[in-house]
This record gives sequence, C-alpha cells and structure tokens, in this order.
Amino acid sequence: MSTSTNGKYRVLGTRPRRHDGTDKVTGKAVYSNDVQLPGLLAGFVLRSPHAHARIISIDTSEAEATAGVHAVVTGKDFPNVANKIADLGEGSINLSNLSDNVMAKTKVLYKGHPVAAVAAVDVHVAEEAAGKIKVEYEKLDSVTWVLDAMKDDAPLLHEDVFTDHMGEKDETPSNTPTHLHFEKGNIEEGFAQADVVIEREFRTATVHQGYIEPHSSTADWNENGRLHVWTSTQGAFTARQQTAEILQIPISKVVVTPCEIGGGFGGKIAVYGEPVAAILSKLSGRPVKIQMTRAEVFESTGPTPGSFMRVKMGATSDGTLVAGEAWLAYDAGAYPGGMIGPGCMCVFSCYDIEHAVVDGYDVCLNKPHTKAYRAPGATQVAFAAEQVVDEIAEQLGICKLKIRQLNAASEGTRRVDGPVYPPVGFVECLAAAEASDHWNTPLEGENVGRGIAAGFWFGCGLKSAVSLMVNHDGTVNLTEGSPDIGGTRTSIAMQLAEVLGIEAADVVPRVADTDSVGYTDVTGGSRVTFATGLAAYEAGIDLQTQMKKRAAGLWECAEDDISIDQGTFSAGEKKAGFKELAQELFKEGEPLVARASVAPDCATNSFGLHLVDLKVDPETGKATILRYTAIQDAGKAIHPSYVEGQMQGGAVQGIGWALNEEYFYGDDDTMDNASFLDYRIPTMLDVPMIDTIIVEVANPDHPYGVRGVGETPIVPPPGAIANAMAVAAGTRIYELPMSPPKVWKAMTDNS
Amino acid sequence: MAAKNQIATTINGEPVDFLCKPRESLLEILRGNLGMTGAKEGCNNGNCGACTVLIDGLPVNSCLVLGVEVEGVEITTVEGIADASQLDPIQDCFVEGAALQCGICTPGFIVTTRALLDKKPDADEQTIRFDLSGNLCRCTGYDKIVRAIQHVASESKG
Repeated sequence: MSTSTNGKYRVLGTRPRRHDGTDKVTGKAVYSNDVQLPGLLAGFVLRSPHAHARIISIDTSEAEATAGVHAVVTGKDFPNVANKIADLGEGSINLSNLSDNVMAKTKVLYKGHPVAAVAAVDVHVAEEAAGKIKVEYEKLDSVTWVLDAMKDDAPLLHEDVFTDHMGEKDETPSNTPTHLHFEKGNIEEGFAQADVVIEREFRTATVHQGYIEPHSSTADWNENGRLHVWTSTQGAFTARQQTAEILQIPISKVVVTPCEIGGGFGGKIAVYGEPVAAILSKLSGRPVKIQMTRAEVFESTGPTPGSFMRVKMGATSDGTLVAGEAWLAYDAGAYPGGMIGPGCMCVFSCYDIEHAVVDGYDVCLNKPHTKAYRAPGATQVAFAAEQVVDEIAEQLGICKLKIRQLNAASEGTRRVDGPVYPPVGFVECLAAAEASDHWNTPLEGENVGRGIAAGFWFGCGLKSAVSLMVNHDGTVNLTEGSPDIGGTRTSIAMQLAEVLGIEAADVVPRVADTDSVGYTDVTGGSRVTFATGLAAYEAGIDLQTQMKKRAAGLWECAEDDISIDQGTFSAGEKKAGFKELAQELFKEGEPLVARASVAPDCATNSFGLHLVDLKVDPETGKATILRYTAIQDAGKAIHPSYVEGQMQGGAVQGIGWALNEEYFYGDDDTMDNASFLDYRIPTMLDVPMIDTIIVEVANPDHPYGVRGVGETPIVPPPGAIANAMAVAAGTRIYELPMSPPKVWKAMTDNS
Repeated sequence: MAAKNQIATTINGEPVDFLCKPRESLLEILRGNLGMTGAKEGCNNGNCGACTVLIDGLPVNSCLVLGVEVEGVEITTVEGIADASQLDPIQDCFVEGAALQCGICTPGFIVTTRALLDKKPDADEQTIRFDLSGNLCRCTGYDKIVRAIQHVASESKG
C-alpha cells in the first residue's frame, strides 16, 4: 500500500511500484552486455603492463593473421584531436587527453592503459590474438603518491603541463596542472581570535566506485557512415559528444542508445570502449562489442582520488568556529582534471566560518585518470574537517552535536568559494538528530563509540528535455533522456502524474536514444529528480495549456473561464478529469503532444548528518557497525523509498571507504588487488540495517521543493566512523581506510 | 580450436541440448549460445554472485561452472523463477519493497533467495545476511533487500 508523507499531494510522497521493476526482477531488462546483433564480433583491449613507459613500436602483424580476427587497431588508427576542452555538463574534459586515455599514442601512463585492440569471432580468439601483438616499451620511472608526484625531481608525466595558479602559469612543467586558492575574511585575524586551534594531517587511499556492471559498449558503423553505439553510460548525449570528438566525425553521424545501466556513481560519464569498438566496427564492417573484465574496470576506469590534506581550524571558548585553513592535494591520476575543485569548495561547506583559506592541488601520477564518485571530492575533506571539529569540541568540553548546531551553515552563509546559501536544511537535520531515538539511546559497553559527522553536496541543474504523447485512453507516454540508475523513471513520472491529476501508473516513462529526445545532461550531480522532474512538470503545464485552449472550443467558453484543480478542468457546469478530457479531445481533433526543456542554473544544496555506533575488537582492530542512522534534507521526497535507498546505499559505500577499500600498489607501481575478492566492498554481512530520517526543507528553485539526494549520503560516513573510532579505540586515526591492521597498530601503540 | 561437446541438460523445466567448447563457462553458454541474458556478468571469477543460477536446487556462480559439467542436471535461472502469469513472491517483494536500484545484481539475489527460502522458508535476518553474503550490491546498502526477503519469510509463517 502506498502511504502519503503529507496531505498536500496526491502522488508525491507515495511509494508506487517502479515502472521498470518487473523487467529487472525477471532478468528481461536489457543492459549493455545483453545487446545482441547479427554478425556481432567481440573486442579485446591489450593494455599496458607498466605504470609508465614510452611506446617504441607496436607490431600487430601476427595478430592480424590469426584465424577469426577481423580487425586490429592501435593509436595510429585514431585521428588527431586538438587540445580542446569540452563541457560535458558535470565537469569538463580535455579531448586530446580523453582520446589518449582511450588508446595510448606515444606513452602509457598507468598499468591498464590501452595500447591496441582486436575484434574477432569471440572474445577468446580476440584475447589470444591480442597476446600476439608485440609492443616494445621503454620503461620510465613512475609515481603513485600525491606528495611524491609534487616533488621537483618526480618523474614527469606530461611535458606540456604547467601549474596554473588561478590564472598565472609556471614556466617549468610539473605534475600539478592546477593550484586553486579560495579565501574569505582575514585568516590571521581569525586564528588570533581563537582560544583553541587544532591542525591535523590526513591521508586517504584511492577507491573505486565499484558498480557491479562492468563497462560494455557495442558499436555498429554502417555503410552510410552513421555510427550506432549501445552502451552503459550515465549520459547518452555526453557519450555521443565524446565519441564524435574522438573520432572527429559530426555529432549528427552518431546515435547513442543508453542501455539499462548497472550502476555508475560518477564512473560512467567518460567514454572508454565506445570509440575503440567504433573503429573496430568501421575496419571490420561488423558490429563490435567490448565488455571490460572486472580487473580492467579496476585498473583502467574510475577510481576517485586518493589525497593528502592538512586542515587547521580555530574556535573561541564558546565553541564558535572563527578560522579554517586547508591545504589539499588530490590525485588526478594520469591526466589533469581530478576532483580538487569540489574538494576545496566542500571542506568548510557545512559551517559558517568568518575567516577561511583553502589551497588545493590537482596532481597527475601513474594511476588511471580519476573520476567522480558520488559527491566527488567531498568525502575526503569531510573525513578531515569533521574530525577537527570533533577535536575542538573535545578540547572545549562541548557536546559534539551542539558545536555543529552552533556553527551550522544556513540561509545567508557565504561559502569560502563565494556562493551564499539560499534556504537550506542543515539546522533542521541537526534538530532531527537531536530528537532521534539513536541520539537519545545511550551506548554502553567496552570498546564501543558513537560518532557523528555532517556532509554537503551542491547538486546541480544542467539541461534536461522531455516530451509527452497522450494516448487514446488518456495515459501519457513520457520520453526522457536521463538514464535511470535508481528509480528515476518513477520519480519523474510521479511529478508529471501530480501535475496532471493521474496516477504514476498512468504514465509510461521511457529513456530514449539521442535521436529521439531533446539534449539531456548526465545522470549525475543529484540532478535527475530535480531537473528532469522539473522538465516533466513544465511539460505537464504545456499539455494542460493546450488542453485548456481546445476545451474552450469544445465547451464553447472562454479559455479564462476554465480552471484546473488537481488536474480536473472545469468551467461552470462543465467538468472533466485529465483522462476524460484527453479522450474527448482525441476524438475531436489532432493528437495531443507536449514538451519542455529546462536548464536551471542553480545548486540544490543538500545537507546531511550521520550517526554511527561501532565496536572495535582490540585483538584484531576490526570494527563492527552496531547502529547507523542517516539524516538528510531531501527538499521534498518524491518517492520516499528511493530517497531512503539513496541514503542507505551512499552510507554503505561510505562505510566501505572508511573501513576497507583501497588500491594497493606494488613496488612497480601497478595495482595489486584488481578483483572484488581483494578490493573488498561491503557484503550483506558487514553492515546492519541503515536507519533513515528524511528532512524536508523545500528548495525554492523547484515547484515541489525537490533538492536531489543521491550524493550527500556518501560524504559523512568516513568522518562519522573516525569520530566513533576515536572513542571506541581510544585513539584517533587520520588515514583511510581505517582497516584492521591500522586500527590494531594505533590501539597497540596507544596502550 | 577444440571440438565442441554436445550437452543435454534441463533449464527451467525444459530439456535443452547445446554445443559447447570445453573452455566455455555455463554463464557464457546461457548468455551467448542460449540467449538467456538474465544471469549477469559482474566479475567472471565468482566474487559477486550476479550470475547465480540453481543447479539441482543449489545456488552456484555460473561463471565458475563449465558448460561441459552440466550434463544431466536441472538448472534454474532467473528467467524460470516467475511463472507465465505472475511474479514469484520474492520478485514481487523486491519490486514492492524498492529492493533494487540499478538492478544488475537483482537476478542473482532473486535466485539465491529462492534457494535459501526453499531450504529455510522462515529464515531470520542473520541467516539471510549469511546466505546472501556472496551476492554483492553496490547501490542499496542491502537494507531494503534484507527487509524484502524478511517480508517473504514472514508471509511463509502465515
């Protein structure tokens, strides 16, 4: 049964069954690797075994001569791409680097960097043939830790990268493409006012998004020069743009069909196999599919930055935070452009601090190019700042919830990077924590601890388009361009149903290919329920406006005499619900279609607070999560079950990041643990139920107040768990992950 | 290229013959040769459980079973869990309880859960978490999956 969270809405706040649910529980939903085409070939990518090397020569002759092989490509088959920056909606990318990442041209920059690819009758034949390709490398020194990569004598990845200090460029090349600097107030004055100052250094490991579905792309380049790509992507239009740019063909020559997507979390925005499969298809004249193995996913896609951070904060004796200073170095991986920007913007984003300075460095090193992972860059800084806030509270003897309430960012607070918050719900989240059963239930026992931490993510608008087609019976087909990763077909359909006064089940949502719907930016930035939902709302209004005009003709009255209440049209005695009127209008004249496109230029600003109780085993250092509560401002929870799901899923990813997950690098700077056995994400046995409290402080930029909720929930967990660990273990840990050996050592050293 | 073997087996109650090379896994046979793409490939080395099928009622990772090994056995895949007209209660509770997000791990969870509840219809939370710890989900944090299974288990108690 659906139950409404409030009486104001008929559909919003209820929990209808998702439209794609049945196909996903029966195995019928078509994911990218399920695509089958006549004559389909399998592609296999040969990858660098070295962390850093120059390519001297590649001999593909033996592979090409292998029975069953239809095409072989190397970097030479790719067109030259200018050093051009392309806006991909959420973030921008240098296309030359992107092309180089898809297939190395002169140098390999990490283990797993593609150097050649083979298309053959099946993947085993392709793999065997790829093994016959002879690549001669000149090995180069490599580096995988940010502070090492920043040294003057570090192995240099790119000869043409010069540090850009907010517009001023250095004259000698370095591994640090960008130095960001933000400040507000006067930092010396701020620290002079402080009665207590805490400064700490933090390190976090490189971690992977860990979506269960490996990347898979199928390309069919037909005889007319039109390329059709079926792929697992968070954004079909950005995949189309990147593919067209790398291949140097017009965008109109490419159509991308976004298949059902098996998780992304920010890691399925850049293209990898798409352009490679395309060139193999062009050469072979057959469709080609490239499916990554799990090891390839770990070694060649994603991960999100490892980091070094120094955070210093000062407070007066009453607990007012007066100064904050942060020095951040984030690993960008092989190419410039990691997650340092949002890291800088988020480090003090939860608090109203008068004086602050943040310096951030984007650092290239011999790992795969880092990508967004759910609130990219924010989790690292929250791990740091939330521990410093806790230590200040400890020194001042102030309650850890109180110090956050005392300093909470609210409407009018200016962030260090400039923006001033509109109405936001952090204070309300803190109040919800204070009133929660979890906070008010004492935690007792040995080696146990409770921790809290806050988190923030901007959320963004970007571009979305939807179109509506009304069927004979008054149901509505809704075509959208946002790949549905976690139930957004339904959260968007519900907003349309609310406007039109019909049921969610009366809407038939479809995620379309790039030929069939208006441009839509990626599913990312917590934006889909907000922005594509806004487009659905606007399209509903467009439809009603048209219907009102035609109803005036039908009812022989003035348009202005018709009013619409909860979807029902009425004028004097005349009255018709949406479906009834739609059926009448279909009989009377032309079919009803409507559309809307939006590009809201605003952040949606979602805050959260997490509470965690844990127990640590002093014999092994292993932490067990005893109780977990995630609190978050959703603005308006359209489908509460899926909002809870985002909060629970993000929390558990954060728990994995906090306690277990890390890339291990061997002496040769290559990844040692590229499997789900050795890169261990949380299993069902590792976590308890995740309780949720949804706070609703309306976002003024959305008709229903939606904020978008996907990213914030990953931000607090490592900080909250570190704060709980400090109590449970009796010592603080400043390094992620807080894996058993590290915790055991810290506890042993401490005793 | 090695000669293909002819294998006779039963899949979802129907007798099925197929040809396979000695190196091909059951997962490859199902997805490729037989076009049954319900079982998903998440890791191809037995770590994630997305390709789980039942062999004679027991859950196995089909990526770790060779096609030539299934002669004479009874295989159940996610395609055989629902009957033609309605969802299995497990599938129904997964949809009703929002126990899936991206859905790629869901077929594996459905199949493993079917095996668990066939064995222990009233499984408690700890049993559920233990028996399904070989199925990885990265989206849900497992909460709603456990609750959906608990719901099915509680229904079985009447």
